[in-house]
Amino acid sequence: MLHTVNKSPFDSHSLQTCLGLAKAGSDILLIEDAVYAAMSGTAVTSMVESAMSSSTIYALESDLRARGIGSEKMISGINLVGYDGFVELAVTNDKVQSWL
Amino acid sequence: MKQIDWSSLVINESGKAVKKFMYVNRHAPHGTIYPLEGLEVVLIGAAFDQDVSMAFIGDGVFQLNKGQDTADSGMKNVALTYGALGDYEVTKLYVEQESLDERGLELNDLMNLTWEDEEENWAEKPSIQVVSRAQLSDLLEQQDVILNF
Amino acid sequence: MKFSVMVNEGPYTHQAADTAYHFTRAVLDAGHEIFRIFFYHDGVHNGTRLTTPPQDDRHIVDRWSELAHDHDIDLVVCVAAAQRRGILDKEEAKRNGKDGDNIAPGFRISGLGQLIEAGIEADRLVVFGD
Repeated sequence: MLHTVNKSPFDSHSLQTCLGLAKAGSDILLIEDAVYAAMSGTAVTSMVESAMSSSTIYALESDLRARGIGSEKMISGINLVGYDGFVELAVTNDKVQSWL
Repeated sequence: MKQIDWSSLVINESGKAVKKFMYVNRHAPHGTIYPLEGLEVVLIGAAFDQDVSMAFIGDGVFQLNKGQDTADSGMKNVALTYGALGDYEVTKLYVEQESLDERGLELNDLMNLTWEDEEENWAEKPSIQVVSRAQLSDLLEQQDVILNF
Repeated sequence: MKFSVMVNEGPYTHQAADTAYHFTRAVLDAGHEIFRIFFYHDGVHNGTRLTTPPQDDRHIVDRWSELAHDHDIDLVVCVAAAQRRGILDKEEAKRNGKDGDNIAPGFRISGLGQLIEAGIEADRLVVFGD
């Protein structure tokens, strides 16, 4: 199952809720303001890193770039995807849950 | 691509495969229109002969709080609609235990919602089932279509 | 593969309408089909032709209309949500005694059943909102 999250983890519980309910082996895609969760050295970095042991985390490249988050500011191991990758994730997973 | 599990395939009266729809409610009532317009989807969706359930997570559990009175606020009292869900054959309302705990709520604080089981001589049964986060995680995984309100 | 898309927020305030648009484009570019795009909650504001953004900004409404025109995509605005928010086509305006309509080209107003059908008929339903 693909989970998408679009809220900043510093302002909303959406990511936390998603991580609490996502089963091992899930794909989790950070879009819009949720890409701030991909930054290293933040209050949520360890939460994201521990989620990476059971799920695969992706972040939408254009949303990262729009917010000035370069790879040097990111947690290593987060996969960058474009909209084509977003579609591919929606195809390979049997359903999509948007944690709006 | 995942294999289709034919054992779980259900066919409805129109001869089409039934899909499992889950309406996930994560917003408190009245502050935004999401719960109200979400219920409108649930009620319309009930006519489509699909396998329907609702989940209440996070602030969504406040939707089921007893004793909501919107008279002075002027808001439409969406809370009344939950009582009608049973008549629309929406009988599976899963409430996450952890979300209740975090908000200092327990089952007794929620509306008493019931449905009548035609197959058991119209026996009245509770619609609300309190489930753990782990159980809800399993339920989410079993769905075909998930809509969030 | 057949996709349905649901858009739950209006244009400009939230990024949702942009994300939904770019996702839809990518679905088409990958050779998949869009069964329907359903606009709900404030998402119905994506369907007013009166929108007039500054020239140096994207025109979110026109972008949807062009997509519908170029790829024959079904853009459906929920009637109940639309009436609450003042989005009307000619028929709805007449029925409700209003002096004008504002639905944008390529959009149509219909009921919530269209959303359920979109969920039933498509292989994937992807929701964008806030």
